[in-house]
Amino acid sequence: MRALTHGEHRRWPAALVLGAGVLLLALSFVAGSARGAYAISPLQLWNVLLDMLGGSAQPTPEHLVFMNIRLPRLLLGVAAGAALGMSGALTQGLFRNPLADPGLIGVSSGAALAAGMTIVLGSLWFPEMPRTLGSWTLVAMAFVGSLLVTMLVYVLSQQDGVTRVGMMLLAGVAINALASAGLGYLTFLATDEQLRNIQFWLLGSLGGARWNAVALVVSMVAAAMGAGLALAKPLNAIALGEAQAALLGVPVERVKRLAVLLTALAVGAVTATTGIIGFIGLVAPHCVRLVAGPDHRIVLPGSALLGAALVLAADSMARTMVKPAELPLGVLTAFVGVPFFLLLLRHFRSRL
Amino acid sequence: MNARNQTDFLPLTGMFEVAGAGVEVPGRSLLRAVSAQFIAGQVTAVLGPNGAGKSTLMSLLTGQRQPSDGYVYLAGKALPSYVPAELARLRACVAQETQVAFEFTVREVVELGRYPHRRHPGRNEAGIVTQAMQATAVDHLQHRALNTLSGGEKARVHLARALAQVWEHCGSQGARWLLLDEPTAALDLRHQHGMLQLVRAWATSQGVGVVAVLHDLNLALRYSDRCVVLQGGQVVGSGATAEVLTPLCIEKVWGVLAHPVAQRGGEPGPRQYLFDVPV
Repeated sequence: MRALTHGEHRRWPAALVLGAGVLLLALSFVAGSARGAYAISPLQLWNVLLDMLGGSAQPTPEHLVFMNIRLPRLLLGVAAGAALGMSGALTQGLFRNPLADPGLIGVSSGAALAAGMTIVLGSLWFPEMPRTLGSWTLVAMAFVGSLLVTMLVYVLSQQDGVTRVGMMLLAGVAINALASAGLGYLTFLATDEQLRNIQFWLLGSLGGARWNAVALVVSMVAAAMGAGLALAKPLNAIALGEAQAALLGVPVERVKRLAVLLTALAVGAVTATTGIIGFIGLVAPHCVRLVAGPDHRIVLPGSALLGAALVLAADSMARTMVKPAELPLGVLTAFVGVPFFLLLLRHFRSRL
Repeated sequence: MNARNQTDFLPLTGMFEVAGAGVEVPGRSLLRAVSAQFIAGQVTAVLGPNGAGKSTLMSLLTGQRQPSDGYVYLAGKALPSYVPAELARLRACVAQETQVAFEFTVREVVELGRYPHRRHPGRNEAGIVTQAMQATAVDHLQHRALNTLSGGEKARVHLARALAQVWEHCGSQGARWLLLDEPTAALDLRHQHGMLQLVRAWATSQGVGVVAVLHDLNLALRYSDRCVVLQGGQVVGSGATAEVLTPLCIEKVWGVLAHPVAQRGGEPGPRQYLFDVPV
């Protein structure tokens, strides 16, 4: 991190930043394909790819592992990282605050509370439900929970038909505290096994990747990202303040609503499937801004690429560091994220 | 709508008009029955002591605030009937203070002024941005992060952004406007004059209407054609600046004594005052 002594910014050109992002993502994708409990060498990977194109009659073990376990997992990782990275950039742009995070508007805590309720109360109140709906119950409940809590935070921040962003921040903090208190109460009620399940859910994992879930999450995240990219120019204008942006003709209220909605949908879908993956949303936009400057036309796609690469890298570490067991993903993203966050705080010390 | 009828005979395309506007906030009225006309091609100063309602009047013109009663017309059309994007091509505003989030460079901030034109860009967008920066003498700072600049430099960047926003005529939509809330507050002496000379030149040569809140009455006398004097949320004087700003008016509104200063070499020029606070 270079100190900005003269305020002169030497930035990488946009093409270079996005090119580097794509390269980083490709590298972590290939590394993630190869590493794991069942190692697949690059040569074997190449053969698997040829098989896929040629439609070989006799699938090898590598083929089965790659197609059924590793590829859906990698794609879920890409979707999760991209959603978290880009939503982080959207949230920071919306709040005009580099320390904001998608979790701030209640997406993660809502999902966590709903997941906890499903794990603890679901089997208590509806003994039949988990078996009839299978693993989908938890995912669906977590998704609904994240949307409901985000909606609550959003409604609380309304005043005279205008969304008060400062109010939203405070309401988010308050509702997050309430949700974590609720989760605390649930852990008090939980059995030992349920407690373990909650704990694992809270630390995040890509282990639950199945093709049908992955297809759903990937398509939702892709749609949200496509819409999110259109907010780049309005978010640049909002950096001048909402009042000035409105004077430039930016439909500020619509931009705010859309940014919150897209964040809730993308991060909600991801979190429901993977559990909580912390710090990517905070870290990725910052890295991009440091090298490329704050223009959201670069920060939004750049954060998506970098977020995806970071999640894939963290996940391959999670799979290999203690194999054949797996470390929780949230542990690794936090191990990388927290030191970065502290550096960031020091860097912005003068402006806090 | 009666207020309209009085002005029907004026060329409405070049008029910005506040008609009988009042602004109420719970427990207080910020403006009462304010009527004022602003004419394109002229510099109109909005004057008055602190808390007189100058910024509130400006917020009516920018459309950030709706009057509780009365109307605001731009080119004969009620302000709320404009589409925000259309309005953004007709008038640019500089607020008293604009905090910019993130490390945007000077050039990027000035480029934001071109946001309303993104669907129909001019032939030379980059050239417009450069010329706007040159006009306010910030082009040498263009790659600096805005947040590392001094207050006066920032003010000049935001003026450049406003100039870029209304750089050219957009079709036949009437006159363009610059609405400036205390544009000279953070500037050194030289740049105060430089900035007002610049907007004056825009008014006379391009027919742009300039409305500026000013505190320095001598600057108002020197650079504005007309003025509106506010006190306690009401208009207490309006018209040609030199006629309105008499020593009597100044004493009544600001509570200071104004002594006319003899022009150097007896040349005819704008009237200037020395001020004295009565003990």
